[in-house]
Amino acid sequence: MIVIPCPWCGPRDESEFTYGGDASRPMPSLKNGNDQAAWHGFVHQRENPKGPHVEYWYHGGGCERWLRVERDTITHQVRWASDAAAKTEPEQ
Amino acid sequence: MTDFKPKYSAWELVKRAWQGDRPWARAWAQVPPKSGYQVVIIGGGAHGLATAYYLARDQGIRDIAVIEKGWLGGGNTGRNTTIIRSDYFLEASARLKEKALQMWEGLSRELNFNLMVSQRGYVDLAHSDGEMEAFVLRANAMRLRGSDAQILDLEALQRRVPQLNIDPMARFPIAGALVQERGGTVRHDAVAWAYARAASAQGVHIIEHCPVTGFEKTGDRIQTVITEKGPIDADHVVVSVAGHSSELARMAGFDLPLESIAVQAFVSEPVKPALDVVVNFNAGLAYVSQTDKGELVMGGGTEGYNSYASRGSLPRIEETAARVIEMFPFAAKLRLMRQWGGIADIAMDGNAIMGPSPVANLTLNAGWGYAGFKATPAVGWALAHSLAKGTPHPLIAPFALARFQSGALIDDGGAGPSPYLH
Ligand SMILES: Cc1cc2nc3c(=O)[nH]c(=O)nc-3n(C[C@H](O)[C@H](O)[C@H](O)COP(=O)(O)OP(=O)(O)OC[C@H]3O[C@@H](n4cnc5c(N)ncnc54)[C@H](O)[C@@H]3O)c2cc1C
Ligand SMILES: [Zn+2]
Repeated sequence: MIVIPCPWCGPRDESEFTYGGDASRPMPSLKNGNDQAAWHGFVHQRENPKGPHVEYWYHGGGCERWLRVERDTITHQVRWASDAAAKTEPEQ
Repeated sequence: MTDFKPKYSAWELVKRAWQGDRPWARAWAQVPPKSGYQVVIIGGGAHGLATAYYLARDQGIRDIAVIEKGWLGGGNTGRNTTIIRSDYFLEASARLKEKALQMWEGLSRELNFNLMVSQRGYVDLAHSDGEMEAFVLRANAMRLRGSDAQILDLEALQRRVPQLNIDPMARFPIAGALVQERGGTVRHDAVAWAYARAASAQGVHIIEHCPVTGFEKTGDRIQTVITEKGPIDADHVVVSVAGHSSELARMAGFDLPLESIAVQAFVSEPVKPALDVVVNFNAGLAYVSQTDKGELVMGGGTEGYNSYASRGSLPRIEETAARVIEMFPFAAKLRLMRQWGGIADIAMDGNAIMGPSPVANLTLNAGWGYAGFKATPAVGWALAHSLAKGTPHPLIAPFALARFQSGALIDDGGAGPSPYLH
């Protein structure tokens, strides 16, 4: 069981959350909306790392906020979780 | 035909029993790697080994090494739930799997190895009228392509699978089923061993316990494959490493549109014959069959998040077991005996990626997720053809990496670019 330290609710079980996938790629600017390569990179291409992975989790069973979480894909250890709206990674 | 020495047969068995405990020759030769090969296939799973075999059998290319980091079949080949079927709706998916199903039907004889191909039938359950209608559409598409499909209403389904719980008050009541009677199971590790033996008999080098750690490139070509047993030059490289595809692609200098996610399977204690067909539950996902040893083999969906941890988690086991028990209440009395996971490489449309890559002499075979075992013979056969002719065989051409840029996606599940949902 993965335990995610929600910045609003404290440490909670994975079963309260919904996974939202890779959060490492910034969305391309909508101003150059037809930049095919940029959108292909954002929608499809993935680093898919063995190790630390920054990803979205939705806390539906708690604060109902989207979080950004850094989790290791081999050990499932979570290093940090922050509100997705905060955009910046927390100080280590 | 491959010249097997010795050929496996009842006669050979009797002869050896008669002559006393004469040891059998190794099924495939143990050889140190040469300094270079025409084709280096990375990944000694069933797909890589089949590709080597068909290159040798059909294309006259025998200067081949299959490089495996662990032991043959230790990857997803030996971890899957052994189901074969071709009951797909989309043209490209269905044609490749139907070709494979036809090949499975004669493969034990051809490879002189009992693969225990058991066409016991594959029953796919629908849980609503809407789902039944989609199943009828799919069954019609299958029949139009010359494959077999039957739609069973509840009554007929109960006759086909008497143990199935069709209680209308169940949490997810069952509405009917699509049945492919030619579907079934194949003994998975035997597939790796049989292809390895047949490839080795044609001169293919199989090199185990030899992780690939990098590539040396000149321009847009790979010159040398770096392995723990030394550098190996290659005219052509095939990457067929399932869950580890992104890692190999990164070594070659590019990213892939896929993610690695653990998928689990588990078996119960062995019991007397109780289930003679493969059954798949679609409210959530759970598939179950009974092995010849008597164990129920069960599998479910993905772990739900990116993972390279092949042990898997308890919540997923609980979910899958609950669905199995809803289908077959008698299963509640069984104890789970073993549980394991495999790392599935799931692409952004949930389908395989085969053919050319951004590196000129690197051919990809990836993205098979938790659905590629059934396709093994056709993948090996069509990839070998593509390698020798220098252009993708029509059966695999639709699965090109380029489809993610062109938009010609093959999304059987309709789940969009979220691998954890496929
Ligand atoms: C739990 C589970 C259930 C499944 N059930 C089914 C099913 O019922 N039906 C079905 O059709 N499919 C199923 N699948 C999917 C199927 O098993 C795979 O799609 C298929 O096995 C992939 O091809 P492969 O056999 O070549 O892969 P693998 O057997 O995984 O072969 C890849 C090999 O590459 C090796 N490798 C990795 N990295 C390196 C490296 N750096 N250097 C050298 N070698 C390397 C690995 O050790 C491995 O042996 C299931 C998968 C899982 C995990
Ligand atoms: Zn919260």
